[in-house]
Parts: sequence; C-alpha cells; structure tokens
Amino acid sequence: MTTYDLIFYLFALIILVSAFIVVAARNIIYSAFSLLFTFFGVAGIYVLLNADFIAVVQVIIYVGGILVLIIFGVMLTNKITEVEIKTESFQVLPSIIISGIIGGTLVAIFTKTNWKVAEPQILDKTVTEIGRFLVSHYMILFELAGIILLVALIGSVMIARKEKLETEEVEK
Amino acid sequence: MIPDYLAEFFGNKFIGYLIAAALPLFLWILPYALYAVYAERKVSAFMQDRIGPNRVGPKGLFQTIADILKLIQKEDIVPASADKPLFVMAPYVIFAGTFAAFAALPFSSIYIGSNINLGVFYIMAVSSFSVVGILMAGWAGNNKYSLYGAMRSVAQIVSYEVPALLAIVSAVMVIGSLNLNEISEMQTAYFWNWWIFGGPVVGIKKFLLIIPMTIAFIIFFIASLAEVNRTPFDIPEAESELVAGFHTEYTGMKFAMFFLAEYGNMFVVSAISVSIFFGGWQSPFGYLGNSLGISWLIPVEQVFWFLFKGSLLVLVQMWLRWTLPRLRVDQLMTVCWKYLTPYAFINLVLIGIITLF
Repeated sequence: MTTYDLIFYLFALIILVSAFIVVAARNIIYSAFSLLFTFFGVAGIYVLLNADFIAVVQVIIYVGGILVLIIFGVMLTNKITEVEIKTESFQVLPSIIISGIIGGTLVAIFTKTNWKVAEPQILDKTVTEIGRFLVSHYMILFELAGIILLVALIGSVMIARKEKLETEEVEK
Repeated sequence: MIPDYLAEFFGNKFIGYLIAAALPLFLWILPYALYAVYAERKVSAFMQDRIGPNRVGPKGLFQTIADILKLIQKEDIVPASADKPLFVMAPYVIFAGTFAAFAALPFSSIYIGSNINLGVFYIMAVSSFSVVGILMAGWAGNNKYSLYGAMRSVAQIVSYEVPALLAIVSAVMVIGSLNLNEISEMQTAYFWNWWIFGGPVVGIKKFLLIIPMTIAFIIFFIASLAEVNRTPFDIPEAESELVAGFHTEYTGMKFAMFFLAEYGNMFVVSAISVSIFFGGWQSPFGYLGNSLGISWLIPVEQVFWFLFKGSLLVLVQMWLRWTLPRLRVDQLMTVCWKYLTPYAFINLVLIGIITLF
C-alpha cells in the first residue's frame, strides 16, 4: 500500500462518515455542516485523479456558494424565527433495501467488468486546456450555460423587486 | 526547492513534504501574528497620540508574547448552552482555511509549499472554508451577537469576493498564468517590471497597462480589506454594536486561534497583492548576492523582500483601520455592487482590449 493509497482511503473515509452524518443527523444544522467535510473529501479525490481544476471549482462553488446558502437558510429559519425544524427518518426499511440493491449492482459492475487500464497522464496545464476547449469545441454549450445563468439571475432579481414594489404600495 | 531537499534529507517524500509544509507556520505565521498584534497596538497608539504597550521588555516588545502565554494558561471554557461539537470545531476550521492558503504562496524562488498551476484560484477557494468556519462559530456560541456577526461577516465576504475575483481575473488575463511562483518569476530585475507598472512588456502596451493595472490593484485591495473584515468594513465585529462579532463567546486558546487566523488572512491577501502586482519575491533594485557573487544570499534576499512587501501592505491595512470610520451595512453593499463591481467589469474589458494588440 503506497502513501497515495493511504491518502485515498483517508478521503474516502471522510466522505463516507460525513455523508452518513448528513443523512442520519437529528439536528439539521449538523447535516449542513458535515456537508463541508463531504465536499472537502470529494475535492481531495479529484486532486488524486489529477483533476486539480475541478477540485478547486468544487470547493469554490459547493463550499463557498451552495453550502453557505444552505447554512444561511437553515439558520434564518431555525433560530431567528423560532420555528422548530425536525428531521426524522421515514421508510427506513424500503430505503435500505433500495440503496442496498443499487450499491450491490455498483459493486457487481465494478468487480465483474473487465476495465481497460490506461497509463495515467499527468497534465501540466489543465486550466489552459480547459479554457481552449471552452471557447472552441464546447463553445455553444458554454454560451448556453451562460444564458441559463443570466436568466436565473434576472429571475431572482425580478422576484426580489416584486416584493419591494408591493411593500411600497402598502406604505402608500 | 526546499521541499525536495527535505524529502531527500529524510529519505521519505511524505515526511519531507510534511515538514516543509509546517515551515511557514512556525517560522512565519506565529512570530508574524505576535508582532502584527504588537504593531497594530503601536500604530493605533501613535495615531491617537498615546504611548501604547511599553511595560514588558524594551518598548513593550514582549507584550504580545506575554499575552499569548496568558491565553495558553486560561481555562478552556465552553458555554453551557453552546453547541459543543461545533463550538470546538469552528476555530480549527477557520484556521485550516487560512493555513491552507499559505501552501500556494511563493516565499522565494526555492520555497513554495505547492507549486500548483492554480495558485491564486486555489487560495480564493480555500478561503471559503473560513467562511463556513465563521458561520459555525457564530452559530455554536448560541448568542445573538455572535450570530449577527457571523451573518454580516459572511454576507460581506461573499459579496466582496466578486470584485476581488474580477480584479484578479483582469490581471491574470495580461499575465497568462495563475501560478504565483511563475507570476513572481516574470517580474524580474527592477521594479518597473512589476505588473502594476505594466510588467515586463515592451512598447506602448506597457504604458497603456499602467492605469488599468493600478485600478485592478486598488479594487482588489479594497475588496480584500472587506474579505478580512478590517475597518472600514468591520461591521461583522463592530465593537460598539456586536460586542466582538462571531467570536464573542470564545476564550483562551480558541480566541487566540481566531486572532491568529485573522492576522494570517491579512498577510495572505497582502501576499496575493504582492505576488501579482508588486513583483512577489523579486527585489526592486537587483540582488546584493549577484553583485557580491554569493549565490546562497539570493534566496534569503528573496524571502526578505517577499515578507517585507507583504508586511508593508499589512501595515497599510492597519493604518487604514485607525484612520477611517466604519461603513453602514447599506453603504457597504452600495460600495460593493454599485461601484466596485461595475468598475471591475469596465477594467476587465479595458485590459482585454489592451491585451488584444
């Protein structure tokens, strides 16, 4: 077992334990915070797979953006407005069966398939390559993603503005 | 490179790299944080016509060492109504975010924790761990002031990340690299090759670049002040409103961890400015080692220049803190979204047009 294997199992352990806490925690705030370690572990796995750019993007978007949004949501609804949020586990037995089946299938595929193993390529400049692909080969998809984000942005601004207009009318 | 040398010395890559990674913590962050606190107190005293700490040691030089010794001895108190696991974890998460950023800082041409191609981008990403840590600390204290402080802090950091990243992107467009070590290497020889003075570009382009690069630096500097919660953007820990912000409930060593992280962050943002705009570890006037013919002196000089320029920017942050009043919440958001972000966008387009030629 090399050092890299050890690091891989360390990250795998972090992901599994924290993901279990996300699902099983009674207090929703613990679920939200243990997502931090799940995202961190996934970023670590990406680094081991030589995908440094994706790892950093994973951290910047999921930890810096989405996780902060989730925690904000939980905090604003849970403690300030004094609304009790309860998390409970429903349908434990069926979910265990279904996830067991899915997990078993994955393990079966993993062990039965004759995987083709390629020599690991160490890419020197991932960012440059990704940038070149984004403005050449995947140009249309890239632009489309931009348009979708813009639409979402305008939509959220419209929703926020509408409320403001209504309150102004009430004040009048 | 020092990490490789250490790996060879210990005969194991893993142990060598681990020791190399711990070097900035023990050789720089701890002594720097102690003396930055001392400097902050002295600067504030100077500006307010006071003397400042002057009892422990000559000119009070050992004051902060005495302070940290006191903090280590303090009882480790966890408030009864606090959320214990999160309360204990928060300081470490925040400090981990700060310390992880040091991995991509080029201290000299022979020492950089990790010579990754994503340098700046990586530092911006790991600083989001600190954001989650702040939320954790604010929540776990179970105190309304902590929670308000954490909310304000995070809202501010998330907003000001936008102009900061845009300013960096506009600089990176000219430079063509995200690796801080490479960026430092480019700005060789004399200070007119620093990117804020147009970089090692020849011809009219260099002069055209000076103004947009200066604007990019100013935008990044203002936004970075907000990201490390310094005055004029210190509403997260506004003493007169919120006691101490998100770390109100913390005492002893945990409180010291927050302090260490705060001062560490101040150095990280200054070091990014230094590496991108002010030549990184390059000397502004050529190296003494070169003129004397002593080759081992050059890396030492590089470490000196990097730390010197970084500390100088930290000093500017302190100077601003004791000069400017605090912004209100609405003014804070106005500055970010109505001024800094549009200017950063215009600057981005401008630099893009200049680099086309």
